[in-house]
Amino acid sequence: MSENHTDAPGQGVYLYAVTPGGEPPRDLRGVLDGPVRPLSHGGLVAHVSDVPLDRFGEEPLRRSLEDLDWVEGVARAHHRVVEALAAAGPTAPVRLVTVYTGEEQVRDLLDRRHDDFAEILSRVAGRREWGVKAYLRRQTPQPAPVPPATTTAGGDSPGMAYLRRKKENLRGREDLWRAAAERAEDLHAELGRFAVASLRHRPQDPQLSGRSEAMVLNGAYLVDPAREEEFAAVLGGFRDRFLDVELTGPWAPYSFTSVDLGAGRAGGVR
Amino acid sequence: MTDPRSRPVLRESYAPPPVMGRESTNLGDILERVLDRGIVIAGDIRVNLLEIELLTIKLRLVIASVDTAREIGIDWWERDPWLSGKDRELVEENRRLRERLNAVEERLLAWEERTELEAGERAGERRGDRQAEARDRRLGRSPGTEPGHE
Repeated sequence: MSENHTDAPGQGVYLYAVTPGGEPPRDLRGVLDGPVRPLSHGGLVAHVSDVPLDRFGEEPLRRSLEDLDWVEGVARAHHRVVEALAAAGPTAPVRLVTVYTGEEQVRDLLDRRHDDFAEILSRVAGRREWGVKAYLRRQTPQPAPVPPATTTAGGDSPGMAYLRRKKENLRGREDLWRAAAERAEDLHAELGRFAVASLRHRPQDPQLSGRSEAMVLNGAYLVDPAREEEFAAVLGGFRDRFLDVELTGPWAPYSFTSVDLGAGRAGGVR
Repeated sequence: MTDPRSRPVLRESYAPPPVMGRESTNLGDILERVLDRGIVIAGDIRVNLLEIELLTIKLRLVIASVDTAREIGIDWWERDPWLSGKDRELVEENRRLRERLNAVEERLLAWEERTELEAGERAGERRGDRQAEARDRRLGRSPGTEPGHE
């Protein structure tokens, strides 16, 4: 733990995001339903709420973060604040559970990192992040297998025929996967043409995506409003009997503010 | 600056996932973003997200399905047991076992086919019949009909 500069004893300050100013949304509620307030300093605004350190201190966090339900609650609250801010203007979201011991530390951060924040904010200003996920359709027909009988002279035993069918089936599935992966690659490249920046994330597990089909593309795209229509038009061309393509967003520019500003004065967290 | 959000574009094609969680936005999408992206800065409260088990939870959630991963060339999903959540643990273990079983079966089939092709011309058909029956019994399911994770 570092210096204890607490405003109210036992209270910490939870940071959601940094913005360049402007009118913050009203009645914003963050984690534990705490009211979110703007903290202006040096031309930047940090959006924070108070959290009790007996729940957001190091030890309690260490335990709570292993509880997925707890993580979900905090993640959704965090996300809600970030979304509201991003809807109002350029926003640089910070990672979940970034907690300070007092407002002074947050101002200090805005001082030290002023230029970094300003640069990030100017990069995302006026642009929105979109997510595109492509799934391999479950009902995708298998390529018609070669009739096994034609491949052998001299009569096939049922066992041999079975094996051959099975093998062809497997090969068909592999081809399908390869084709789908290529289509996903093309889709990503095509979408990238209309985006300021783009990147691919790991495909999600069905448990996470909520869909039983396999995900073959999980992309993020930072798009200028002027190009959004062209961007969206790409999707239609890739929706066919093999791929289902899903658009999510607009998101706050999470994927494009993904920078490590490091530990600052104290070193440490990596 | 004008608010870019006032432009109602892209909605036309947006189809929300059929299975929704407690809230409208998919939890996986949110977790991906708030845990993995955005600005990383040091708070005074030092929680090293990489150190704690959360990372394992996160990876397990965000992890590619094995087939997808393999196809796209990701191969780091291996090992470590699924942590919290008893149901999830079982589902996950079950899935892993099924995948291993599949792999073993495929290898076995390939091996049997090889042996059979070699021996087939001489040894003839009766053995093939017996093996096919045994395999049908053993497999007892068609490929591609894996149950979903409910």
